[in-house]
Amino acid sequence: MNVLESASLNSNAIYPLELEVNGERRWLWVRAAETLLHTLRDHLGLTGCKPGCENGDCGACTVILNGLPMKSCLMLAVEADGQRITTIEGLKHSPVQEQFVLKQAFQCGYCTSGFIMNGHGLLSAHPDADPETIRLWLESNICRCTSYEEIHGAIMAALAVNKEGGSATGSS
Amino acid sequence: MTGTARYTGDTSKPGLLHAALAVSPHAHARMLSIDTSAARSVPGVRAVITGEDFPVLTGSPLEDRPPLALEKVRYFGEPVAVVVADAEYIAEMAALQVRVEYETLPLVQSPLEAYKPGAPLIHERLAEYKHYEEVYPEPGTNVASRNRIRKGNMEEGWSRSVHTIEVRVSMPQSDHAAMEPRCSTAELLPDGKAVIHSASQSPYIIRSQINRYFHIPLQQIIVHTPLVGGGFGGKAAVQLEFLAFLASRAVGGKAVKLVNSRERDMVSSPVHIGLESRVKLGCTADGKIAAAEITHWFDGGAYSDRGPIMSKAGASDCSGPYRIDNLQCDSLCMYTNHPYSTSFRGFGHPELTFAIERAMDVMAARLSMDPLEFRFLNAIGPGDTTPTQTLLDRSTVGNLPMCIAKLKDMIRWDEQPLIEAKGHFVKARGVCCMWKNSNTPADAGAGAVIIFNADGSVNLLCGAVEIGQGTRTSLTQMVAELLRMDVHKVSISTDVNTETEPQLWKTVASRSTFLVGNAIRAAAHDAIVQLKNTAARVLQLPSAELEIGGGRVYSMRDPGIGIEITKIALGYKLPEGGTIGSQVIGRGSYAMRDIKELDPMTGKGKPGPEWTVGAQMVEVELDTRDYSYRILQAATVIDAGKVINPVFARGQITGGMSMGLGLASREAFAFNDEAQVLNPQFRTYHMLRYGEQPAYFVDFVETPNAEAPFGLRGIGEHGIIGMPAALANALSAATGIALNRLPLTPERIWRTAHDTL
Repeated sequence: MNVLESASLNSNAIYPLELEVNGERRWLWVRAAETLLHTLRDHLGLTGCKPGCENGDCGACTVILNGLPMKSCLMLAVEADGQRITTIEGLKHSPVQEQFVLKQAFQCGYCTSGFIMNGHGLLSAHPDADPETIRLWLESNICRCTSYEEIHGAIMAALAVNKEGGSATGSS
Repeated sequence: MTGTARYTGDTSKPGLLHAALAVSPHAHARMLSIDTSAARSVPGVRAVITGEDFPVLTGSPLEDRPPLALEKVRYFGEPVAVVVADAEYIAEMAALQVRVEYETLPLVQSPLEAYKPGAPLIHERLAEYKHYEEVYPEPGTNVASRNRIRKGNMEEGWSRSVHTIEVRVSMPQSDHAAMEPRCSTAELLPDGKAVIHSASQSPYIIRSQINRYFHIPLQQIIVHTPLVGGGFGGKAAVQLEFLAFLASRAVGGKAVKLVNSRERDMVSSPVHIGLESRVKLGCTADGKIAAAEITHWFDGGAYSDRGPIMSKAGASDCSGPYRIDNLQCDSLCMYTNHPYSTSFRGFGHPELTFAIERAMDVMAARLSMDPLEFRFLNAIGPGDTTPTQTLLDRSTVGNLPMCIAKLKDMIRWDEQPLIEAKGHFVKARGVCCMWKNSNTPADAGAGAVIIFNADGSVNLLCGAVEIGQGTRTSLTQMVAELLRMDVHKVSISTDVNTETEPQLWKTVASRSTFLVGNAIRAAAHDAIVQLKNTAARVLQLPSAELEIGGGRVYSMRDPGIGIEITKIALGYKLPEGGTIGSQVIGRGSYAMRDIKELDPMTGKGKPGPEWTVGAQMVEVELDTRDYSYRILQAATVIDAGKVINPVFARGQITGGMSMGLGLASREAFAFNDEAQVLNPQFRTYHMLRYGEQPAYFVDFVETPNAEAPFGLRGIGEHGIIGMPAALANALSAATGIALNRLPLTPERIWRTAHDTL
């Protein structure tokens, strides 16, 4: 039974959870009030997703949930029960990742995994994204170091590479 | 990139305890009582600490701040207690149970208000505070520090002036908003060692401050700083480290982690300084500036932290990069009931530049002169003196006229009108010049060690923190270049560890490459001498005849004669036994040479080794119906001395410009009448987002600075400096109204337009 269907969820009680993370099945116990971000970081050691605001404003904690970007600070872990999650640790040589390196689209790197996950989701969902779509997707993340110029370059290049190469799925 | 890069908050371990802050809801209030019993009774709570547990004042240069409020609170969000618990959420819940009884006090909401006679005093015992470095408090007032510039003869300056103008400007406090919130972990080991992990720009300052306030010998304090997720000056202050230390001490030395929530990070931890300023300029008929009188009132907030050093910078570079022979400036760091300020990218210069450059534009308009032409005409150069009466030469001041000329070319200044109207839209351009000196302490320094391995590779040890500026990579490139080896053979850790790495003052002020670079230069030289000495004995050649490169030490006369470094890196083992030489360990260090403290009455002195100069432009398109606007272009030409890595250099400049455009156009704390910050989160505190970036144009001039490695000058902060001024100049041109208050939101422009009418 999905834990959400439990009649009364006590925020401090712990519940069993099953996740598919980066292609692996994981079973764990979490507090009902715990966000997916903390579960990924503290229980599974996947610290690539970063707490930036824990309010859904900065996107540093973005992961892919069932193929679409999700800010993991805005979701309870128990809500993710039984679902498929990809984190930055699960991406290998994806076009967005590679272009971020080539275009030097990062400085301190703290926002980078969130940007990459969001960009990766964009490539899967909208391989032909027009500039307005790209802006709408990426304005949900904040980078404080760069001017976004390099990130824009990386995303455009990744879209181009993706179209040539066919698939955006660099995930394991 | 792959999720493996580790920041301070990414490390955990079994048994780690968590701390959370209880903070003040009032901006100025006496604490009548504090009751922690409810917090202590929350299951999982290990300890609750209040100001009384550590009634010591901290701060540098002025000791005015208790780590936890004592007797009274002076800003909204000020920490009053720390709760230590088994889990972060328990600590946070319990922190809400700390009950404080307050009696509110009259507020001081702006630096000008603070300066008024009879203003409520924020620090009644200012006279008793200890101080270090250059700080000049005025007890009995809210002046935390005042620096004066008195240069030339004001009477003569004004009498030569045909045109005089006066401008008043203001820039609010705002936030560094690094994407990684501040985070510190402390553990006190049974053998007396204190181990601190912190997201910091100043691991060695943490060490010296822990030493000063907790009396632990320096060698027993181990500070680790891994990758830092953005600093911008905000992580140069020491704050959470004290609290984490106290938290650990309260639970028998167990490891305790203290992470700021975004809301805490924005107001409880130190912020970007604000400024109110008055500039009076006098100019001759032919457009030469003859006199300037400037007063800066910096909004240092409730505690001074680095504010007095920033207000000193506000004095030392107050003229902007212009020749002004008759100059008077008072630069004050004021206490207010706002969050306390610390260093911020540009260190007082975006602020002072906004003031002087608005005045420059107003004066150019008065003279009906092209604003760039006016700046070119007054540009400072070799033979001129700075406000601190430092005589400049090409090496110290670089080449501002060349920057202006390059900027003009790059943006096709002469081919486009300053203002261009099309229907409801007005396109306009604004320019400014800027300069910056580092205002480092006279004894700032750094060390470096280069250790050779058996395979000819090297490890570099140095204290520069990687905060995203690419310094550590640049330093390995420097080592590779000096040792003429492949950069892939030079390794550096991402983690700074004060136990193993030689000291660096701080990773601030665009100084790391200068300080550590000079130390590396000495270390590389030391290593080369060792390699040559060993090789000379093996090859039976004078070492003066030897050269190093390509993994070999070889004869300059006959490069075919030589020996691989792999054979001598750990000493050369003779076939018959015995060794010539030993492991090559190059060591070097460097300290600032001729910085002179500023005379507080005249400003005479020398604030740093060199100035970086530059010229900048912003182009906007304004919709005259609602004053919304788009920033179309932003340009910078800067004298970098020498560009080491063009990609990093451009990224640093455009990143700075982006932040500057944010400051100029939208970033500000919104205070209510109780001086509470209404927007301590990214949903309501706006920064530039993806898609809002203008087209960026960046170019460099390279006038070497003789004292720096490879002739380079600091550039890490400088992109930001002129952006507020250039944007305000562009929008003032577009609207025909003097826009002197930041941030320039459409609402602010609308209000200014309607106030003017």
